[in-house]
Parts: sequence; structure tokens; C-alpha cells
Amino acid sequence: MNVQTPVDDVRQLHFDRFSSSESLAKASEQARKRNYQDFLIVDIDSHHYESESYADVFQYIESPVLRRSFIESAQRGGRSSMLGGSVGYQDISGRITRHWLRKHEKVDTTTHHRDITTTKRWMDAMGVDYACLFPTPMLFLGTHPQVEIEVAMARAYNAWLCERILAEEPRIISMLYLPFNDPEATYKMVQDFGDKKGVKGFMVTSPRYKPVHDNAYMKTYRLLEEMGKPISFHAAYNWNDQSLNLLNRFISVHALGFMWFNMVHMTNWVINGIPERFPKLKTIWIESGLTWAYSLMQRLDHSYMMRTSDCPSLKRKPSEYMQEMFYSSQPMEMPEDPSILEATFKMIKAETQLVWSSDYPHWDFDLPGVIYDLPFLKEEAKRSILGGNAARLFGLDLKPVKNIPGGP
Amino acid sequence: MQEFFVAKKADFGEGDRRIVRTGASEVGVFHHKGAYYAYANNCVHSGGPACEGVMIPKVLDVIGEDRSYQGQVFSDEMHFVCPWHGYEYDLKTGECAGDRRLKLKKYQVVDRGDAIYVIA
Repeated sequence: MNVQTPVDDVRQLHFDRFSSSESLAKASEQARKRNYQDFLIVDIDSHHYESESYADVFQYIESPVLRRSFIESAQRGGRSSMLGGSVGYQDISGRITRHWLRKHEKVDTTTHHRDITTTKRWMDAMGVDYACLFPTPMLFLGTHPQVEIEVAMARAYNAWLCERILAEEPRIISMLYLPFNDPEATYKMVQDFGDKKGVKGFMVTSPRYKPVHDNAYMKTYRLLEEMGKPISFHAAYNWNDQSLNLLNRFISVHALGFMWFNMVHMTNWVINGIPERFPKLKTIWIESGLTWAYSLMQRLDHSYMMRTSDCPSLKRKPSEYMQEMFYSSQPMEMPEDPSILEATFKMIKAETQLVWSSDYPHWDFDLPGVIYDLPFLKEEAKRSILGGNAARLFGLDLKPVKNIPGGP
Repeated sequence: MQEFFVAKKADFGEGDRRIVRTGASEVGVFHHKGAYYAYANNCVHSGGPACEGVMIPKVLDVIGEDRSYQGQVFSDEMHFVCPWHGYEYDLKTGECAGDRRLKLKKYQVVDRGDAIYVIA
């Protein structure tokens, strides 16, 4: 039997327009089928492209001299700039179409910043209630050769984010960028911004070359502990790192780079007894996946039993401290044999310590289904990982506030 | 099984694509080099719109007779790419390039003279 399909049921493809809601229509379908409207989902790691708002952000640079330099450099586009960039082709040479189509998304900017509207669109499409928003190019700012530039940009971005985004939209929260290459500026950042609306903690971008156990950071850790605000380490890569520079493809530098710096920082964090010195400081490790922690726990425990004299601050095995920290899920490795993933979940005590993250709109984002569809988790554990653990970490209300398109 | 209208042939040129709703599902129909292909618009990875991404040929490493690397070229094997995460599919077979055991469901395309239909 021939069926003359209604015109609305046959779509042509357009590569000159974009809608976050339409591009994620199948995610909304999944959200409705799995009844995400019934429980809280918190995305602990998502992004916007702050570079699209540089004209506004640069106005917040406190030094008039540096402000002029930033604004002038932005005019030069395509040559040198104050911030530089990172080598890489995250969009798989144009295959991830949203990376280049998103500029076509139509948004009414008369009432709110564009990023608020587009962020809420993808949040609702996926079934997310609250999203912790991070920058994108600034993930590489920790390797900038000028410390004062990192500080100036961090303060400007944080001030802009608090005023233009977080103050305006309660469903968008953040952990603010710390200019970690300057320990004093790092401390002052927590003092100045710790109580701003929507600021749920602070974030260190992992590609950098200052050890986290340096005495200069202790007063910041103490202040964060006293405030009850978590510190997070957000992974990224540095292709110019001497070891990673041996890798010739982006797949390689991404796979290793996003684990490498967090493995180094975690090792220093634990072996130098930071958890013993700040037992109530909540620590989150972001965007390294899960297998690195599973591996590192075993490596450190093995050596610890023979070399306790090397780390006398520790009163327990390294893995026991690591099991009290929090881990974001994305990019969640998916071995064919689910028992391997189940063992990883057990090792990191996922039911209380794992917090789901999307990393949207980046190329390897995860949907809530990566957790919700796992065969070995009970409903209560799924809901904890998707939102309950983050609510506990950030002090969020458990009541869902999302609006899934086509939902009840 | 039913035949669902895809497009009049005059409106469905070389390189065109249509996404057809067939009840609760969607089928992507491709017109490439005079042939028509139809697959479930549902990526094997995370359920993304597999048929809605760019078309791009398979990439090959060129290895010389001395086993040295000589660069990269595009092959004749056309792929389409899920726009969510980049899973690539062989246009002629629907096989996932990263693991050929994984395939998109294939649908039969019917040429009725002046119009194209898909059976779903």
C-alpha cells in the first residue's frame, strides 16, 4: 500500500540553519520515554564559548592598560592575540556539525544574553534541571606565558559571568575559574566571588605546571573548606607538553591529555596528604572519564604499602582518600562487557561519588542515558548519579524545574 | 509494511537527502550517484540523528612499499556521519566504520517512475 506521507513528515536537511532544540529532538524523545521529568538531573560540566562574548568580557578587565590591549588585539583577528589559542580539531574536521552551525541559531537577545537562551534550550531538550557552565577557550589559559594575563582574564570573565549570566538565570550555575598560576590572586578570587549568586565552587584548569601541593595554595584550600565550596580540576590537553608532543593525532592527545594532568594533580594531592590537612574540602575531578581513577587507585595503593615513608601524612591507603572525592562521568568509557564498567563504579564508589556531566556542546558529549540505561544500577543509584549527588554537593533543591519539549 | 512517499524524482536531485517519518520512527533516504539508500535515522551509539550529518569519503592512510607513512587520501567509499558524535557509516551498507558488526537498519527504496518511496 502506498502512503502519501504528509509534507510535515518529510524533512529536507539544511546546513545553513540550526536549533539546539531540534538538533536534540531525539534526546528529548529519550527524556520523555525515561520519565526524566520526575526527578532532578544536574549537569556538572557543560560549556559555552566565552570567546563569542569577548567584546563584553574585555570591558570587565580591571587594568585600563590591559583592557586596551585586549580590545585592540581582538580587532586583529587571525593573527596574534593576547590570549592565543590551542592547536586541535575537536569538531573532527567539520563532522560535528553543531560546532559550525550554532552561529545560525536564532535567539531573541533583547531580554537575556544569548548564552542563557541557548543553554536552557539544550538543557530542556536533554532533561537537565541545573547546568554548571564553564568556558571553552579559557580551559587552555593556564599555559599562558604571562601570569598577569591569566589573572586579568579570569577576573574579567568571572565578573561578567556573575553579572550577565548567573545573576539572571537560576538554572545556570558555575564553579569559577581560578588563576592558579598566581596563588595570591587565586585566594583573592575566592574571597571576592565566593558569595556571588550561582557560584557553587571554584575550578582549576588542569593543564598547567604548578604543583597543587605548593604551600602557597594552603590558605585558599582552607578558605574553600571553611566556606563549604568545592574545588574542581577540569581536564584539558596541552599538545605542546613535551610528552604529549610525541602524539601526532588529536584522538591520541585527547585520550591521554585529558587524563594526564588530572593524574599528576591527583597523585600530588593524595601523596602530599592534602585530604588529611583539609578533611572537609570537597574535591571534584572533571572530564577525565572514569578509568584513570580506577587505574591510579591500584597503582598508588600498590606502591604505598612498600613506601609509606615516602608519604608519611597518609593514615590510610591512597584509594581510600580517592573514594571520598567526586568524579564527573563524561566522557564515560563504555566497555562492551558491562561488568568491567561495574567494577569501575564499585572502585570509585559511584553511587555516592559519581556526578553525571554532559560536556555539551563539545564533540564527545554524553546524554543522561549513559547512566540511566546501565543494566547494573538500581533506580535510586541512577537518580543519585544523575542529580542527587550533585544536589548534595552544591546544596540544590531536589525538585525538578526543567521543561522537556513535548513533555507533560 | 507500507510504502511511504519520499519525494518526486524531479525534486530529489543527486546528493539530496530526505528524512521520512514512518510512524514512530524516522528513515533517512539518500540519493547518491544515481542510487537510493535508506537507513534508520537512529545512531547505534546514543540514538542520535545518524542520517542528518555531513557526507564525506572514508579517509585512508597511505603506506608505502617500504611500510613508511606517506600521508592521507580520501577513498571511493562514501560515508555519512552522525552529527552528534561523529559515528561514521558506509553509505552502501549502513555498516559503522568503527565496528562493521554494528549496522543501521536498512530499508528498501522503491522507484515508482516519477516518485521515490521507502518501505517501512
